[in-house]
This record gives sequence, structure tokens and C-alpha cells, in this order.
Amino acid sequence: MRISTFFYCFRQGIKNIFKNKLFSLASVCTMSACIFLFGLFMAILFNVQKMIKDASENVCITVFFDENLSEDEIITIGEGIRTLDAVDKDKTKFVSAAEAWENFKQDYFEGHEEALDAFGDDNPLLGSASYVIYLKDITLQSDMVMYLQSLEGVRTVNQSEQLADSFSGFGKLAAYVSAAIIAVLFAVSIFLISNTVTVGITVRKEEIYIMKMIGATDFFVRFPFVVEGVVIGLLGAIIPLAIIYKVYNYLVEYVVGTFGVLSSTMKFMPINEIFKYLLPVGLVLGIGIGFLASTITVRKHVKM
Amino acid sequence: MIIFDNVTKMYETGTPALNGVSFKINSGEFVFIVGNSGSGKSTIIKLLTRELNSTSGRVVVNNKILGKLRRKNIAKYRRGIGVIFQDFRLLNDRNVYENVAFAQRVTGVAMSRIRRQVPAVLSVVGLAEKYKANPKHLSGGEQQRVAIARALVNNPSILLADEPTGNLDPKNTKEIMSLLEEINKKGTTVIVVTHNREVVDSMKKRVITVHKGTIVGDERRGGYK
Repeated sequence: MRISTFFYCFRQGIKNIFKNKLFSLASVCTMSACIFLFGLFMAILFNVQKMIKDASENVCITVFFDENLSEDEIITIGEGIRTLDAVDKDKTKFVSAAEAWENFKQDYFEGHEEALDAFGDDNPLLGSASYVIYLKDITLQSDMVMYLQSLEGVRTVNQSEQLADSFSGFGKLAAYVSAAIIAVLFAVSIFLISNTVTVGITVRKEEIYIMKMIGATDFFVRFPFVVEGVVIGLLGAIIPLAIIYKVYNYLVEYVVGTFGVLSSTMKFMPINEIFKYLLPVGLVLGIGIGFLASTITVRKHVKM
Repeated sequence: MIIFDNVTKMYETGTPALNGVSFKINSGEFVFIVGNSGSGKSTIIKLLTRELNSTSGRVVVNNKILGKLRRKNIAKYRRGIGVIFQDFRLLNDRNVYENVAFAQRVTGVAMSRIRRQVPAVLSVVGLAEKYKANPKHLSGGEQQRVAIARALVNNPSILLADEPTGNLDPKNTKEIMSLLEEINKKGTTVIVVTHNREVVDSMKKRVITVHKGTIVGDERRGGYK
């Protein structure tokens, strides 16, 4: 195929868009609305996931050992746990009985040090040496607890089960909702672009017939419509992505300003970080939907 | 050469459009296919353009069995035949030159060749001066000339004309038929489907008569029955 033929077909595709201005505009607008919602949802999802990750990094499992075990024996078991794949090796730490008592004193007797005199040099938490274990993935907590409980020498395993469950539950819910929304948007967009291309085909029915009678190839007849669909998809992706890029910071400022209490607990992701994923996904989605919708429609309506 | 060998075409409704039709047209012949509305004339044209495929029998054009033609080869096959229609089927958003050039554009002809051949073919049909005109502003006869130029520009070996004078007055009808005769003299096989008795009777060419899907007459220098 000549390069001039390729560009001729490409120009015809662009002309199609302008020939059906209203339908093209409607398709671009609806596609934009869909990708805008998708982008917004992705931005929220990314932020929620980041917040879950931040929060889950502070969720730990504390393992207490049998009182008759020496510190060396405890460390042997603990270091064995540290080598597990699911365990965050750097954050996991050993807390000796002495450290545990020191921490307790700081937490509960600060400002009332005279009350500690009654204890003298005794350590009431003798036998409370522990390992504080952090997991790489909070959803593995239940399995890890079961495993730890089965270890010989382990007396008690403390965990924040509810917190871990809520985090993993919320993560799953967000994933399901996003999948459902994407599926619906996908279907709506395909339908709309397909309609626009169908109108284009109907308007150019005569021209298509002449083309076929003259001996135009499938590619020559169909390619302009595919270009039309892809360009609509591309525009429908670029416009909302640009809007999200511009509006995101204002939205974050607004949320933080309105709900001031959130600013200390929630750290929003910077837009550039989000766009590392959202930009390629949004563009591929727009172009992909445009391509798919127009290809299916053209195959259905333009038969040789 | 065109061969229809015991061709039957049944539509989905079960109605036979053609029933066991056989004829042969040699290269360079001028042939009228005549018959009443619904007789099967247009089905013959559609089988020749490969818009339709025969239900049984063989249609052979220039040694190609059209029923066995692969989908991807249909476009290439059609480049060897020119088609003109009763209603001209010109693109009114383009001028005369662009309408003719369009036929070469879609077949991937180089721009330099298009610039050379389009004016030449417009001269053949007598429209060289009107290359910038919009088809809407031309007479019926002139529009049909543009359609003929478009059909001829790719140098087809066969020209199919489906009721080419159906929308024309007697003067333009005569001119168009003379033009088709000229084209035929240059070696192009011309097949004209018509029910214009005067045209057929005056030209004394081969006439194939179709009635209710069967051939009821085939005369070398015949007239309209």
C-alpha cells in the first residue's frame, strides 16, 4: 500500500468526524465523561490504596514465648520467623523483657515515677520478651498468626485482626467496584462509538458502494471509519485526563481544607505519581475502545 | 470472455432470479441484455460484479470462476470491470475531476498518473472543459459521461451499464449510446442492460432477452422482443 493511500484514508477518517459533527461531539463528550469518571475513580483508588498501605505498615503481630525459654532460645525462634518471605525483615524486631518493662514505664508511669519505687529492681514483665513482626502484605496476617501459633515455644500471638480484616476487605471492595465501573463504562463507550460509526457508514453508504464497485480493498473502505473511532476515543481520553490533571490539586486542597482532621492522617498522592499509571491506562482505554467499537461496527456494516 | 454456464440464482425467499441461464460473450463484443422489470437482468450484472454469487452453475470472467474467487481478490477483480448506473451515482461533495480521480485513488494509483489520466479520460467523454464543475450543476447526459469517465479511467476490459439511459432524454440517450459504441470500438467489451426498445432496435447489436429468469432469445443483430 502506498503511503499516500494511507494518509488519504486517514484524512477521510478525520473528515468523517467533521461530517457527523453532532454525533462525533456526543461520542467525544460521553467518552470523556466515562474516562473522567474512570480517572477520578482511579485517583481515589490509588489514594485509598496508598492510605491502606501506609496504615497497614503500622499493623504488627506480637509473639510471646513460653516463660521457661531463655533469651537465646527466643532469639533462635524469632530469627527463624524473620527469614520467612511474608515478613518485613527490616521492621521486625526483638523486644527483650527489660526493653518491654522500659517501654511500659514510659507509656504508663511518665510523670509518676515515684510509683515505680515499689518495684525496686524487679521486672514484673520478666518472661514477656517478644518479637514484633511486620508483614509485607497485611492480608496474610491470619495465615501467619495460625503458623506462629503452631510453633513450639510460642505462648501467645497478639494481632489486630479486625484492623487487618477491614483493610483487606476494603481493598477487595475497591477492586470489585472499580472492575464493575470499568466494565459498565467500557460497554457504554463501545455502544456510543459504534453508533457514531454506524451513522457515518449510513451517511457514506453511496460512496462506500461506489468504492466497492470500483475495486477498493477492504482496508481502503474500512480504515477511515477505524480512524474515526480511534480519534474519537483518543479525544475522549485526552480531554478528561487534562481536566483531571488540572483539577486534582484543587480537589485535594478542598478536601484537606474542608476536612482539616484528615490532613494529619491522610497523605494524598501527588498528581504526577497518579499520572504515571492513569495517563497510559486512560489513553490505551480510549484508543482501545475507539478501535474495538469501530472495527466491530465496520465489520458488521461494511461487507464486500 | 464471459461465460454463464447453467447459472441459477435463488434469493433467500426461495424465489429464483435466474434459472439455468447459459450464454457466452466474447471479448470486444457489444451486447444488450433486455427484459421486463424483475426478469433477472440486474441479477446478471450483480453476478458479474460479484455482488452476488450464483446458487448453482458457473460464472466465468476472463478465465476466473467468480464463485471460487476469494474475498480478498474481489477488489482486484472489480478493477478490471467498469460499472455505470441509471442514477449515475456520483459524489456530489466533489467536482468532476475528483469524481473520476476517486476511482484511481481507491485503487492506489500514483498521484502523477492520476493527474495525467483523468484529464485524458475526461477528453474522451467530452467533459475536459468542465472538470471543475460540481456534478449537481451538470445535465443528466453530462453526469452520465462523468460516470462513464469514472468507469473507464482504470482501463477496464469490460464495461457494464445498468440502464445507462434510464434517466436521460432522447438526445442525451443517443449521445451516451454513441459514446459506449466508441468505447466498444476501442476493444472494451460493453454489456448494456436496458428496457429501452428504441435504443436496442436502432443499434443492431447482439441482444440477449431474459424473461422470468431464463434466456428466451439471443440474436446476433437483434431487436427488442
